[in-house]
Amino acid sequence: MSTIHKSPWLLHYDGSSCNGCDIEVLACTTPVYDVERFGVINTGNPMHADIFLVTGGVNSQNASVVKQIYEQMPEPKVVIAVGTCACTGGIFKECYNIKGGADTVIPVDIYVPGCAARPESIIDGVVKGVALFKEKAAKLAASEKAN
Amino acid sequence: MTVQTKVILAVCYIILAPVVIGLLDGFDRKISARMQGRKGPSVLQPFYDLKKLFEKEALCANRAQLFLIRSYLMFIMLSGVLFFAGYDLLLVVFALSTSAVFLILAATSTHSPFSSQGTHRELAQIMACEPMELLVAVGFYLATVPRTFNVEFISKSFSPNIIYLPGFFIGFVFILTIKFRKSPFDISTSHHAHQEVVKGVTAEMVGREYALVTLAEWYESAVLYGIVGLFFMSRNPFSIVYAIIAILVVWFLEIVIDNTSARVKWQLMLKLAWGVTIIAAGMNLFLLEIIRSNIR
Amino acid sequence: MEALVTALICLPFLWAIFPAVIHNSKCRAFFVYLGCGIIMVLSVYTAVQWYLSGGQPLNFSLPYQETFDHVYLAGDIFLMCLIIYLSFKYKKYIISVLAVVGTLVPAFLEVWGPEIKEVPTMRFDWLTFVMVIIIGVVGTLIGIYAVGYMHGYHIHHHKELKDRRSFFLAMVFVFYGAMFGLVSSASLTSMYFFWEITSVTSFLLIGYTRTQEAIDNSFRALWMNLLGGCGIATAITVGYLWFDTVNLFEFLRLVKISPDSVKCLLPIIVLAFAALTKSAQFPFSGWLLGAMVAPTPSSALLHSATMVKAGVYLLIRLSPAMADNYVGNMVALIGGFTFLVSSCLAISASDGKKVLAYSTISNLGLIVACTGCGYEETLWAALFLVIFHAVSKSMLFQCVGAIENTTGSRDIEDMQGLMTIFPKLAFILLVGIAGMFLAPFGMLISKWAALKAFIDTHSAYVSTLMIVFICFGSATTMFYWTKWMSKIIGVSPREQSRDLTKKNEYISMFFHAIMMVALILGFPWLSKTILKPLSKEMFGAVEQVISYENIIIMIVLLVGVFVVPIVNFIGTKNKKARTVLTYMGGANAGDNMSFISATGEPKEMHIANFYMQDVMGEKSLFKPAIVVSSFIIIVYLIIVIGGAF
Repeated sequence: MSTIHKSPWLLHYDGSSCNGCDIEVLACTTPVYDVERFGVINTGNPMHADIFLVTGGVNSQNASVVKQIYEQMPEPKVVIAVGTCACTGGIFKECYNIKGGADTVIPVDIYVPGCAARPESIIDGVVKGVALFKEKAAKLAASEKAN
Repeated sequence: MTVQTKVILAVCYIILAPVVIGLLDGFDRKISARMQGRKGPSVLQPFYDLKKLFEKEALCANRAQLFLIRSYLMFIMLSGVLFFAGYDLLLVVFALSTSAVFLILAATSTHSPFSSQGTHRELAQIMACEPMELLVAVGFYLATVPRTFNVEFISKSFSPNIIYLPGFFIGFVFILTIKFRKSPFDISTSHHAHQEVVKGVTAEMVGREYALVTLAEWYESAVLYGIVGLFFMSRNPFSIVYAIIAILVVWFLEIVIDNTSARVKWQLMLKLAWGVTIIAAGMNLFLLEIIRSNIR
Repeated sequence: MEALVTALICLPFLWAIFPAVIHNSKCRAFFVYLGCGIIMVLSVYTAVQWYLSGGQPLNFSLPYQETFDHVYLAGDIFLMCLIIYLSFKYKKYIISVLAVVGTLVPAFLEVWGPEIKEVPTMRFDWLTFVMVIIIGVVGTLIGIYAVGYMHGYHIHHHKELKDRRSFFLAMVFVFYGAMFGLVSSASLTSMYFFWEITSVTSFLLIGYTRTQEAIDNSFRALWMNLLGGCGIATAITVGYLWFDTVNLFEFLRLVKISPDSVKCLLPIIVLAFAALTKSAQFPFSGWLLGAMVAPTPSSALLHSATMVKAGVYLLIRLSPAMADNYVGNMVALIGGFTFLVSSCLAISASDGKKVLAYSTISNLGLIVACTGCGYEETLWAALFLVIFHAVSKSMLFQCVGAIENTTGSRDIEDMQGLMTIFPKLAFILLVGIAGMFLAPFGMLISKWAALKAFIDTHSAYVSTLMIVFICFGSATTMFYWTKWMSKIIGVSPREQSRDLTKKNEYISMFFHAIMMVALILGFPWLSKTILKPLSKEMFGAVEQVISYENIIIMIVLLVGVFVVPIVNFIGTKNKKARTVLTYMGGANAGDNMSFISATGEPKEMHIANFYMQDVMGEKSLFKPAIVVSSFIIIVYLIIVIGGAF
C-alpha cells in the first residue's frame, strides 16, 4: 500500500503578490489550522518538495526562477496556484511586467481562488493536491514498472 | 559476552535502531505539536517521510554525492555495531567522526552555496562537539574498574558510572542538543523544515540521498542515546531500566529545549560548547584524576 | 657493519661534491639520481643487514676514530667561522655570540678538559634502524623530486632568481650525511657536530632565494637552532665536569640508576631543550614557519624526513629517562600545548604550505608529548607518528609544490575542484590528507594510544591538561583538514589545463602514496616486528599496546575506509539520475558557477572556507602562545638547574 500521500512536503514560492496570500499560507501552519497534521512540512528547498505552492503572478523577472525551481523538484510533483493572482494574474494582470498566472510558465494542477485565498480553501487545495500527488505517484510507479 | 550474543546485539541494532529512533522522532513531533497547541502529525510520520523519499525521482547535482552518502551511512552503522556489540568506545567515537567527513564531502561536492555554507557550519559543529565525545570516552575509562574503553565492561561496572561522571554527563547532554540538530543549534541543518541556509548540508540531497542521510542520523542518534544509557548501566540487571528512563528523560529535555529556545549563531555555539566542555567535563576529569592519585 | 655505517655517513658528504661542481643540468641530474639511488639502496641494505644479523644493539667506534674526532673539532670550528662571517655580513652580530659560546666551550673541554673514559662513540639499534630507513627512503625521494621541481622553479616561475641549483642539491646531500651521522651517534660530541651541520645547512637552504624575507627567516632559523645547540653544548660541558662521560646512553643510565637525583636530570633537560628547538615546538615554532620561503623540496626535507625528525629522534632516545619527572612533564606540556595551539593556527591559514607547516608543528607536538610521557605505549605511538608523518608530510609537500608549479597558486581557496582538473594531483593530495587524520590511518592509531597513555600518567595535573589538549587538538585538526579536503572535491570554475608536473615528481609522489598504503596495511606487522623489539630494547619489557581485538577492529575500519567508498562508487555509477542545477534560489545563470545578480547580469559565485581569523588568527594566538610556552620552559629549567646545584 502506498503511503506516499501521507508525506506531502510543500515549497512556497511568492511571485509578485501583495503578500496577502503568503500570510494566509503561513496561517495554515499555525495552531489554528495546523496543516502539519496531514504530514505537511513547509520546506524551503525545491529538492525536497512534493507540492509547489505559488502565490502571486509571474513577471518577466521571476519567470525563469519559477521555471528553474519547478525543474529542480523531483517527480512526482504537484503545482498549486494559490490566490487569484497566481491563477490568472489578478488585478496586476494589465501591468507592463506581468506575464499572467503561474500557468504561463509551468503546468498548474490545482487552482485555489480568492483574494486573498482563505486558509480553509488553501487547505482544501492542498488536500486535493495530495490526492493528485498520490495518483501521480501511482502512475509514475506503473510507468517505471512498464520500463 | 560470547560472539553469538555480540552478533545478535549488532543485528538488533541494525534492525531496531531506525524503528526505535523513528518512533521517538514521531513522538517528538507529536509532543512538540501539543506543546504548541496543535494536533500534530501521526507518530508514524517519520516513516512515511522516509518511505516517500525513497520513492521519489532520483535527481543529482553531482554524481559523487550518492556514493559519499552511502559511505556515510555505512560508517555510522559500523560504529553503531562496534558500540552495541560492546567494543572499544574510543574507536566508536573515532569512527563516528570519520563518517562525518563523508557527509561533509558529499555536501561540498555539489559546490552549492547553501550546502557549502551548511558544511562549514557543520564543521564548526563537529569541532564544538568532538572534544566532549572524546572526553566521555576518557571519563568512562577512568571511572571503570579496571580501567577500560570496552563498552561491554563499562556496562557491567560495579555501580552506575554517573556517580563519578556527573560533569561529563552534563557536558554530553549539552552537546547532544547540537548533535540532534535541535533549535538552539540548528546551524548546519535543522531537523525542522525551514532555516536560514535552506537546508544546509542536506540542501542538495534529493529523494533517496536525503532518505539515506536521515537514516544515518537515526543510526547515529541510537549510538548517542546508547552512550547516555551507558552512564546508568551497571552490574545490576535493573540498571537497564534506569538507563531507559534516563534516555527518555534526556529525549524529553531535548524536546523542551527545542521548543523553548531561539536559535544561536555558530560563534556562540562554539564558545558555549567548548566552555561547557571545559568547565563541566574538565573539572570532573581533574577531580577524578586527583581522587585516583590519592587512592594510589 | 661498522664499515657500512661509516660509508653511509661519509658517502653523502663526498657525493655532494658532484652536484656542486657539475653545472650542466642534464649531467647533474644524472648524478643526483644516481647518488639518491645509491644512498637509498645503501641505507636499506645497511638496515636489512643489521636486522638479519639478529637485531641486537650494536655499539662500536668508527674506524680511525681519532681522525674523525679531529674532523669533528675542525668542522665545528669551521662552522663557527662560517656563522660569524655570515652574521657579520648581514649585520646580525648577536648570532655569532651564540655560535662562539656553543662551539668554543665544548671544544676547549675536549682539548684541555679532564680525560674521560673511552666508550664506543656510535650505536646502531632499533631506533637508528627506523630512522635510517626513513631518511634513506623518504629523504632521497625528496632529492629525486627536487631535480624536476627546481627545474620548473627556475625555468617557469622564478626567472628573476639566480640559478643556484648546484648549491641547493649539494646541500641536500650534506643533509643526508648529517642526518645519518646524527642518528647513529652515541657520543654527544659527534652528535653535536652533525646537529650543527643540519642547523647550518637548513639555514643555507632557507636563505636560498636571497630575498630579504628569505634572509630574515634563515637567520631566525639559525639563532633558534644555535640556541638549541647550546643545550647540547651544556650537556657536553656538564658531562665533562660532573659525570666523566659524554655518551648519551651513559646519561640515560645514570637517570635510571638514581631517578630522584635532580643532578642527573640536568643533562637530560638541556638535551630535551635542544630537541624542542629543533622540532620547532612553541616558543621556537617561528623558524619552521619561516622555512616555507624556501623552494618546496627543502621544506619537504626540513618538515618530513630530516631536520625536525632530528629533534624528535633525540626526544625518543631520552624518553625512558623522562617518565614522570620534571623533564618529562615539561616536554609533555610543551608538546601538548603546541599540538593544540598550532592546530588552531592552522585553521586560520589559507596558504597550503602554511597549513602544512602548522600541521607539521602540531603533529610534532603530539610526538613530543608522547615522548615526554615516557611510557611504552606513548613511545609506540610516537614512533608510529614519526613513520607516518614522514611519509605523508613529504608526499603532501611535494604535491602542494607540484600544484603550485602547475596552477601558479598554492592557496587552498584556489584549489576548488582540483579533482576535476588535475585528478592525479588531487588524488595524491587526498591520500595524504586522509593519512593525516582519518580513522583508521596512522595518526589516529597513534592518537588512540597516546590518549590512553596520558590518562595513566602519574601527575594528575599533567594528565588532565594533556587529555584536554589532545581532545581539543583532535577537533581542531579535523576542522582544518576536512575543510581542505572539501575544497578539492567537486566542480572547478577553471578550465582543464596542461599538467606541468614532471615525470620524476610523479614517480616520487606515487611511490610515497604506495608506501603510505603499504604502511597502513602492514601496520600490525610493523608493530610486531619493529616497534615491539624497539620498545623491548628501550624499556626491557614488552606489553601488548593494542589488544588483538582492537587490531581486528582497526583492520575492519581500514578495509571500510577503502572498500566502502569503492563499492559504493561502483554500485552507484550506473544509477540513473536526472542532472539538475544546484539550488541558488532559482537564480542560476545556466550553470552552478554563476548566478543572476540584482542588476540582471550573471555574476560568478565564490565560496570560501571558514578561517576564523579573529579567534584562531596568528595575531591573536601566536604571541600569547609564545609567552605561555616560554613560561613553561623557563619554570622547568629553573627547577631542574636550581635543583642540580
